[in-house]
Amino acid sequence: MTTWAPIEYTDVAELRGPLVVVQGVQNVGWDEYATITLESGERRHGLVLDVDRDLAVVQVLEGTGGLRAETTRVTFAGSPLRIPVGAGWRGRVCNGRGRPLDGGPPVFGHDSAPVAGLPMNPTVREPPAEPVITGVSAVDALTTLVRGQKMAVFAESGLPHLEFAAQVAAQAHTGDAPFSVIFAAMGLTHGDAGTVRDILDTRSSAAELTVLLNLAGDPVIERLLTPRIALTVAEHLAFVLRRHVLVVLADMTSYCEALREVSTARGEIPARRAYPGYLYSDLASIYERCGRIRGRPGSVTVLPVLSMPAGDITHPVPDLTGYITEGQILLSREVTSYPHIDPLSSLSRMMRAGVGAGRTRPEHLDLAAQIQAGLSRARQAGELADVVGESALSPADRRYLAMAEAFRTRLLAQRPDEVRTLEETFERAWQVVSVLPRGELSMLSEESLEAGYEGES
Amino acid sequence: MGTVTRVNGPLVEVEDLPGAAMYELVLLGPHKLPGEIVSLRGGSATAQAYEYTGGLAPGDPAERGGSPVSALLGPHLLGGVYDGLLRPLTGAGPWLDPAVPTLASVARSWPFTPLVEQGRKTAPGTAIGRVEGAGSLAYLVLSPGGEVSAIRQPGRCAHDAVVAVVGGAEVRLTRRQPVRSALPYASRLDETVPLITGQRVIDLLLPVCLGGTAAVPGGFGTGKTVLLQQVAKWCDADVVVYIGCGERGNEMADVVAELAELPDPRTGGRLSDRTVVIANTSNMPMMARETSIYTGVTVAEHFRDMGYVAVVIADSTSRWAEARREFASRSGTLPAEEGYPADLASALAAFYERAGRVVTLGGATGSVTIIGAVSPPGGDLTEPVTAQTERFVRTLWALDRDLAYARHYPAISWRESFSRDADALTRDDPANAARRARVGGLLAEADRLTALAELVGAGALPAHERIGLLAGRLLREGFLRQSSLSSLDAYCRPERTALIADALLAVLARCLDLVERGVPAAAVEDRDFSPLLRAKEAPEEEVEARRDTVLNDLETLR
Repeated sequence: MTTWAPIEYTDVAELRGPLVVVQGVQNVGWDEYATITLESGERRHGLVLDVDRDLAVVQVLEGTGGLRAETTRVTFAGSPLRIPVGAGWRGRVCNGRGRPLDGGPPVFGHDSAPVAGLPMNPTVREPPAEPVITGVSAVDALTTLVRGQKMAVFAESGLPHLEFAAQVAAQAHTGDAPFSVIFAAMGLTHGDAGTVRDILDTRSSAAELTVLLNLAGDPVIERLLTPRIALTVAEHLAFVLRRHVLVVLADMTSYCEALREVSTARGEIPARRAYPGYLYSDLASIYERCGRIRGRPGSVTVLPVLSMPAGDITHPVPDLTGYITEGQILLSREVTSYPHIDPLSSLSRMMRAGVGAGRTRPEHLDLAAQIQAGLSRARQAGELADVVGESALSPADRRYLAMAEAFRTRLLAQRPDEVRTLEETFERAWQVVSVLPRGELSMLSEESLEAGYEGES
Repeated sequence: MGTVTRVNGPLVEVEDLPGAAMYELVLLGPHKLPGEIVSLRGGSATAQAYEYTGGLAPGDPAERGGSPVSALLGPHLLGGVYDGLLRPLTGAGPWLDPAVPTLASVARSWPFTPLVEQGRKTAPGTAIGRVEGAGSLAYLVLSPGGEVSAIRQPGRCAHDAVVAVVGGAEVRLTRRQPVRSALPYASRLDETVPLITGQRVIDLLLPVCLGGTAAVPGGFGTGKTVLLQQVAKWCDADVVVYIGCGERGNEMADVVAELAELPDPRTGGRLSDRTVVIANTSNMPMMARETSIYTGVTVAEHFRDMGYVAVVIADSTSRWAEARREFASRSGTLPAEEGYPADLASALAAFYERAGRVVTLGGATGSVTIIGAVSPPGGDLTEPVTAQTERFVRTLWALDRDLAYARHYPAISWRESFSRDADALTRDDPANAARRARVGGLLAEADRLTALAELVGAGALPAHERIGLLAGRLLREGFLRQSSLSSLDAYCRPERTALIADALLAVLARCLDLVERGVPAAAVEDRDFSPLLRAKEAPEEEVEARRDTVLNDLETLR
């Protein structure tokens, strides 16, 4: 809006961690976007974290390395950060702040939107009701992802969670409805980023994909912006351009570390494990930007992927994420086959609304419940077998162990480049339950057993 | 007119606000964002803003609101969805932008019927008029006390119309009420009356009374929200205030959609007609979350004063405590436990203290029951919010992750939960007291035996102890588990709860009798108990027949 040249402030009072404290400012608002110019002419960017009379505290997204108090100049945009939105983002690869990395021109759009987003009125939300098919059997069969849902992927260290995230991003579809994927990478190593880009190659060429890449070597604070840019672009694609959008955010643990870094630099009172007390609201301001709006066709589905430090699910990042998301997929080292999904600890809270007749298969819920119940019984039998030996198990318990093995080999195990259709997934799911005697399948109706059961009756 | 001097997220400092009072409303910046004064020093005030403060700058204007933070009470409440300050969300735009407020209006007209004549002296709190069509109950307009010098004739009147003049004061259909202080009442009642929730494990083992307090601690994935929704749907209250405090937007949408669909078994209307939903989803402004809890209780007290049974369901009080912690941190308050401010315990106590069954000022009997969810980080029940809450509530429904992972819902742990009102509630009902003691005793015994069996193997236990294990299994599967999705099982009236419990107890007594007569425990265990286990999903009149089927089948072992 400002037509005159913005005022340049040169009085830097303090440089500390990622923060610049500027003195003598006027009319600078909270959360305003700032541009920092170095002596060399290099430009960096920042956000106002605190403004007290004529003092403004700015967090510098690219870090403060090389800044000198005497020569640094700061200008303020006059409003919180807005970015252009629109179809121009489709098919692009950009850095964590949305600047092109693919050699193309800057992304341009007729409309712009604030990256902080606006809260969606809960009364206009349409409850999620249709699935996103991921092409991964264990997900589609047991923890179906539903359009407008937020579901987290938790991974113990050493597991290929990024490959898994990239596989879902590469394969997911919503049938005939227009579909887009936004992959926001935070703190990925070069190697990981390369793998992810390879897996996403086909999708990328079809202009259905937007990638935002913040690498491990990139400025840490920049990550605070990356998921918000991804979601701002997604909201426009979904609710204005009527597409179904899947937003993959990996790795959220790296994001939270950046948040902690800023918080400690500001001398804030730390909560658990020195993460700031507002970690929950901050994560919620990201994850909650999923959903559907009544009367509009699009949807935003959010899949945050995070590694659990020391495999601890009670660590603040997975714990608070779990409180906000509507279900989780847990990748466990105890599951030896890729994609390492632990079916008993994984849960999609929206699944009930997204599957069944007309959406996936009429017997989907019952079949999933039957497999879960069988695996739960098999786990108990397995624990018993560890104590008394497998030969001492009852015949029924042994059938359950066989069923768990069939689950692992026929349904769960899948190559990272293997796409399974829903038909194939269901075929395999029926093979798994058919290992059990028909009399044990109390959760399935006679009708669906008649159609699907393949064992001896 | 004051001036903003500092903005740090929701913390805003203002100077030159002469006459400002603590907890007074203040309007900040060009968009007049609402805020509340939380400290005053010399000429400057610290306010917590109830909206996103992006763009608000030092030098922006600020003005006093002139009254404490208040909510608009009136006949429009029932059936609606509101934000933390009780501003209507139903009918507002899809995005909540503080700079472009699109909040819906409550303006509409209501049919008013006077209940007193002009010239009558009325005591404070007595009804002087009623409004029909406001939800599923008669909405009463209460007297501030004094002589009625004017009263409106029957007919429609606008939401802000004056309907009477009592003791020189104008009485309107709607009024603003400060939310942080409790509404007055005449006296508290001591006798205990149960709140029927329709959930077997609660109604029999862990009951809550009208005017009581219950807390529901549970880590994520333990089914906290589903349990609270079940209580909201099926409890026998006149008014349910459901506060979604920092929880998921999709869940709120789900609750609202379901309540609008479900019929109220008592009135024939919709369940939404008796419900007030306060939604502050986790991405809505932080500080309105802190207020939403108080707003919700104020609404409940308002209906209590009309003589109704009101229930407040707050999901989750942990988010409220976290909002207080965040603000305390920003304002530089010294932290106590885990960064929470030192007044956490007293604030929790004061909140739960607003529950109660009372004689209202007007002489009617009404109650406010508070049920609060607690979300302990990492499932750690020793963290401050859970630990402090347990001190102040009368009933605790602790949710257990192992039960939830075993798909045992509601995952209420019978070991860790308590109900301090249970004995008082069954004082006049010895049969129910005995039933509760028996079921509780069998479950405790089964837990002990399960631990033992894990060491020595179930086969090594004597026959009567194996029946003890069987008792645990049958009670868990046939009684405690309750499906929120099954149309027959979602709600279980107390008579039916008693029938199912008695049927199970009768069968278990027979089993014990059989093994004492020398029938091998394995033979008893192998019988088909499924007719009994499925009794909860069958019509009530079938329960006894199913019990007899199993009893007869056991007879064949003799």
